[in-house]
Amino acid sequence: MKVSRRLMGMPITVEVIDHRVIPEQIDRVFGYFHSVDELFSTYKPTSEISRLNAGTLKRDESHHKVQTVLRLAEETKSLTGGYFDVYRHGHLDPSGLVKGWAIEQATKLLQHEGLQNYYIAAGGDIAAAGQNSQGQAWRVGIRHPFHKDEVVKVVAIGDAGVATSGTYERGEHIYNPRHGYGAANEIASLTVIGPNIYEADRFATAAFAMGQKGIHFIERRPGLEGYMIDLDGTATMTTGFDQYLAS
Amino acid sequence: MKKFFVSFAVVATFVGYALRQHFHVGQDDALPIGSSPNSSTTSTSTTNNSEVSVPVNNTSSFTPTNTSTRVRSSGAYRNGTYTGTVADAFYGNVQVQASIKGGKLVDVQFLQYPNDRGHSIEVSNVSTPILRQEAIQAQNANVDIVSGATATSQAFQQSLASALSQAK
Repeated sequence: MKVSRRLMGMPITVEVIDHRVIPEQIDRVFGYFHSVDELFSTYKPTSEISRLNAGTLKRDESHHKVQTVLRLAEETKSLTGGYFDVYRHGHLDPSGLVKGWAIEQATKLLQHEGLQNYYIAAGGDIAAAGQNSQGQAWRVGIRHPFHKDEVVKVVAIGDAGVATSGTYERGEHIYNPRHGYGAANEIASLTVIGPNIYEADRFATAAFAMGQKGIHFIERRPGLEGYMIDLDGTATMTTGFDQYLAS
Repeated sequence: MKKFFVSFAVVATFVGYALRQHFHVGQDDALPIGSSPNSSTTSTSTTNNSEVSVPVNNTSSFTPTNTSTRVRSSGAYRNGTYTGTVADAFYGNVQVQASIKGGKLVDVQFLQYPNDRGHSIEVSNVSTPILRQEAIQAQNANVDIVSGATATSQAFQQSLASALSQAK
């Protein structure tokens, strides 16, 4: 069963292979994303994030999910040498963390239902489990950064997360003030495979902001592999990336 | 000044893109050409690190407004400045303002842009192995899912399209 909906400005697809799946289980996943949006949206004045920014809500009075995300944001900032920071000029925007976190939480809803073979894809980030409809590893294509209808690499994953940070998803990442847009030493996209989508997404986001150094950062993080594409179409991959290459 | 240059780079890129989209109808529908290695937008890069804030409108009334007088010209659009709708790029809004002069799109300003990037301290590049490289190549393979990224560019196109529709 495969369902796609547009939520929070991005396409979200849930596909479950297990025959026992029922539509209500998939509905609950979308319902979860909706609830996350209500709490974390930075464009809804009623969200807790907006109210925290407006000063009408105190952090210790916020929803436990909000407090969890803020704690995770602090941890991630520290792990990435400050490259991942949900505060800008005192303004809180945890969007860069919430996406991967929410997808990961959503997979737990399916797990708790006893489902084993599925993926959730949201805005280009993928959380996969088990096998595809052919009983094989999920085949994930890495999008060509300059031709959106093509893929440049295919990786095969089981229980894992794949996140791509790139020019077209998070445009601002490329406008590194030290190098400027389009500088020869900047990168077009960085795909990270991790043990789950939360890990893959937060480190893809942070490592992309590091420019050329990002792939080395991924290389040093245990459990993560990466595939970085330069603006000139050269790819650089971590030493363990080959293990995911689909035949 | 960072935001200024950020905006400037973005604008330069997308103006090129928009011009391509709107004056070369029928050509292939590629993503912004600013991403190509020969992009001319590198000229806008800078090392200046100071900050200028970008106006952000967080109210919920996102009706498009025409913020200057319109003068009919010989070009495809009426002269003026047109504000696009706010388009959702996942937990961040994209809203652009298009300026038309001589009937042509000459400038695009970002009024809103998602902010989720960390700021900058250097992360030391301690010794890691030399990593393998290859030239990317389009694959002719079946896949179940694609990992990639389009949200912000879609939101950009949506907002710009709405701005330009007012200029017709």
